[in-house]
Amino acid sequence: MKKVLTRIYLIIILIFMYAPIFTLIVLSFNSSKSRARWGGFTLGWYINLLSDEAVASALINTLTIAVLATIFSTIIGTFTCIAMIGLSPKLRSVIMGITNIPMINADIVTGISLMLLFRFLHLSSGFSTILLAHITFNIPFVMLSVMPRVKNLNFYVYEAALDLGANPAYAFTKTILPDIIPGIVSGALMAFTMSLDDFIITYFTKGSGFETLSTLIYNEVKRGIQPEIYALSAIIFVVVLALLLIVYRAPQAKSKEK
Amino acid sequence: MKLFKSKRQAGLIASPYMAWAFIFIVVPLCMVIYYGFTDSAGRFTFDNVATIMKPGYFKALVRSIELALISTLVCFILSYPLGMILAGMKLKKNAYIVTLFILPMWMNFLLRTLTWMTLLEGKGVINTVLEFFHLPTISIINTPSAIVLGMVYNFLPFMILPIYNALNRIDENVINAARDLGANTLQTFLRIILPLSLPGILSGITMVFIPALTTFAISTMLGGSKILLIGNIIEQEFTQLYDWHLGSGLSIVLMIFILINMIVEAIYDSEGGMRR
Amino acid sequence: MSKDLITLEHISKSYDGQLILDDLSLSIYENSFVTLLGPSGCGKTTTLRIIGGFEKPDQGRVVFDNQDITNLAPNKRQLNTVFQKYALFTHMTIAENIAFGLKIKNKPDSYIRDKIRYALKLVNLEGFENRMPDSLSGGQQQRIAIARAIVNEPKVLLLDEPLGALDLKMRQDMQYELKRLKEELGITFIYVTHDQEEALTMSDHIVVMNQGYIQQEGSPEKIYNEPENAFVADFIGDSNIIRATMIRDELVEILGAKFACVDKGFGENKPVDVVIRPEDVELVSPDEGTISGVVTGLTFKGVHYEMDVEANGYEWLVHSTRLSEVGTHVGIKVYPFNIQIMNVPASEDEEAISETV
Repeated sequence: MKKVLTRIYLIIILIFMYAPIFTLIVLSFNSSKSRARWGGFTLGWYINLLSDEAVASALINTLTIAVLATIFSTIIGTFTCIAMIGLSPKLRSVIMGITNIPMINADIVTGISLMLLFRFLHLSSGFSTILLAHITFNIPFVMLSVMPRVKNLNFYVYEAALDLGANPAYAFTKTILPDIIPGIVSGALMAFTMSLDDFIITYFTKGSGFETLSTLIYNEVKRGIQPEIYALSAIIFVVVLALLLIVYRAPQAKSKEK
Repeated sequence: MKLFKSKRQAGLIASPYMAWAFIFIVVPLCMVIYYGFTDSAGRFTFDNVATIMKPGYFKALVRSIELALISTLVCFILSYPLGMILAGMKLKKNAYIVTLFILPMWMNFLLRTLTWMTLLEGKGVINTVLEFFHLPTISIINTPSAIVLGMVYNFLPFMILPIYNALNRIDENVINAARDLGANTLQTFLRIILPLSLPGILSGITMVFIPALTTFAISTMLGGSKILLIGNIIEQEFTQLYDWHLGSGLSIVLMIFILINMIVEAIYDSEGGMRR
Repeated sequence: MSKDLITLEHISKSYDGQLILDDLSLSIYENSFVTLLGPSGCGKTTTLRIIGGFEKPDQGRVVFDNQDITNLAPNKRQLNTVFQKYALFTHMTIAENIAFGLKIKNKPDSYIRDKIRYALKLVNLEGFENRMPDSLSGGQQQRIAIARAIVNEPKVLLLDEPLGALDLKMRQDMQYELKRLKEELGITFIYVTHDQEEALTMSDHIVVMNQGYIQQEGSPEKIYNEPENAFVADFIGDSNIIRATMIRDELVEILGAKFACVDKGFGENKPVDVVIRPEDVELVSPDEGTISGVVTGLTFKGVHYEMDVEANGYEWLVHSTRLSEVGTHVGIKVYPFNIQIMNVPASEDEEAISETV
């Protein structure tokens, strides 16, 4: 009885979470523009979407910014985490305190504060300001996932490598790096998804005429939803699902080999 | 630590980020505070911050707090049993099932909100289905209920994840020990499980309450233009009215709420720490 | 001393189709210190959890004080458990931890205060009332876990590998501590461990388990000196286990040489296993020994030397305070009462047991 009730509860929550998404996917194949009537199956909205230059450029902008922001924030975040062990505890806690600010603060405040900065510096809003903003809010996520790894490092292994004749750089890449790689990878993944998903900070730092997927959708929605957006949602959902399946399958397959 | 030749070397490696954090985190925040406490002539003033007490603004703030609190509560009520069920499964594929519940988090935030526009509209999907079955239709689009629904839908995973993690960390033998010492199911829950999961609950509350309190996209999309939240007002000051001083002043008010939230959490943390 | 307090009757339990306990029956006397001893996965912890009420057996009954408690919830049982890794409530002070069971039973405050003081005194941790569990060492946390259990005045205390996480010195101290506690409280202890030394030091009664079966039970002396099968002999201490032939009563042929022994009733010319403890092997000059061989290995162990002696195709393990250098030719002599004869496993089940050794 208890088991049945918990099953029902899980199913209700899952329906709440997924039914809306599946509705969108169904509507993306509806040839009628109306949400209320099924006008027959069509792939027309997908074709329209793919030939839409605004969507294409927004997609390219989003991906470029996400990739670049991930690379920069991962490098800066990782090196800072490693350097932290050599710093005094006081300086370390100051750095961590400042790093926590963008994570705790509301996105809207982070967004307008950066906007004020960029205006003050007379940086023209667009690609570069969004990239700077994204690197800024991504670094804390990278540090958050690398830091625990760094704290648990076993430095005797590094010293053993030096003792066995390795130079510091070689010892570092052979002993320290492998231990923190998992943290770096998950930090990078987190940064990438945060970047892809961000709307609010991008919205305040983008300026006019430059759109990412998020800001494009926001503009479209204000003008009234076009079925092409449904097609876009369906594609994004399927891509996210596929990426997650790959990420989750990979470690499982490895452990099976063992 | 032998990794660095000196503190200086470590400082050198950390310096790019220290500079970055100063320019892109500390300075911008100082600018918000500067703008918030000055008028357009650069004179010091409390007016911008005090504007929050004016009727229209105050009403938006109260409504924002109200809706954020309701959303947080609903998320909590939905998430806690879910976290208990998931943590109780203790399966190897557990992680897989948990992922199912937080997967929508990776879907674009605006698209998640957009789905509810489509569903709730006057001639939207839900009403079409209701009409088909000759049931009374609903009209909650452009009402506070729709906004709450949008918030809950968007932020639910942020509540599920920390609560699940906290519950999952509790050693099964700690629960067994409570039973062993005579506690019944309810006593075990109230005295052991609930207090031990409190850190997870608190971080879940923060992760739902702050974005819900400060959102402007959800209220724009699901609340129409009639229901203004404090986020909408700040957004308008910056993007339409170009009154950066007032916008910054109101942002300071938001930051005060965030600060209160932080202090509450810090008090809880230090309480645990002091006894330790 | 001889009244049955807990009886397990034909208990079986399996997880995911794997049999953990198979038709296990066991009686535990009131006021005894009983140890369930065996390698990991032998079913000892499962047995303890069934007594504690955290697992339900698939078959069989648990009888406590003449009452069937098989389906009774753990919070209704008159026994308390000290868990592996202590399972203290980390969000409560030491005093709150100890008071937990008493508060549930709505005992008056003054009673609870006295009990806390008494329990902390009993485990030598007076003044720790307001500390948090995380600030204590492993050994101290262990004592608190015991204090938390005993304030409820259980008739039986279940201890699940309580010393497993402690270092050697602490473990030895706690062994004496537990023995003293047992004496002071006058209640039954059921103790689970994989450490044979712990079992021999503390118990009145040892139950040796392997693969869900009880291999042998009895006093520590009996288990050590008269193991009933090769598994028990090998698990309890070091031993030389050799396949031999029982020529007739009181005479056994080991590795081609005839040894006098004290056992009777195994028949004539029957295959048997013999167990000879390493400290019972006497090294003498080659012509004095029943068989002779060469010392091939030598290790100094503090109280004695450990030597390997190659003789008649078997490598004998020998403990002696007298040193014989590697390469020395020596004779081997064993007093008749130091030779323990065991039946060779007959059934397939028993075979399986001895194969895992």
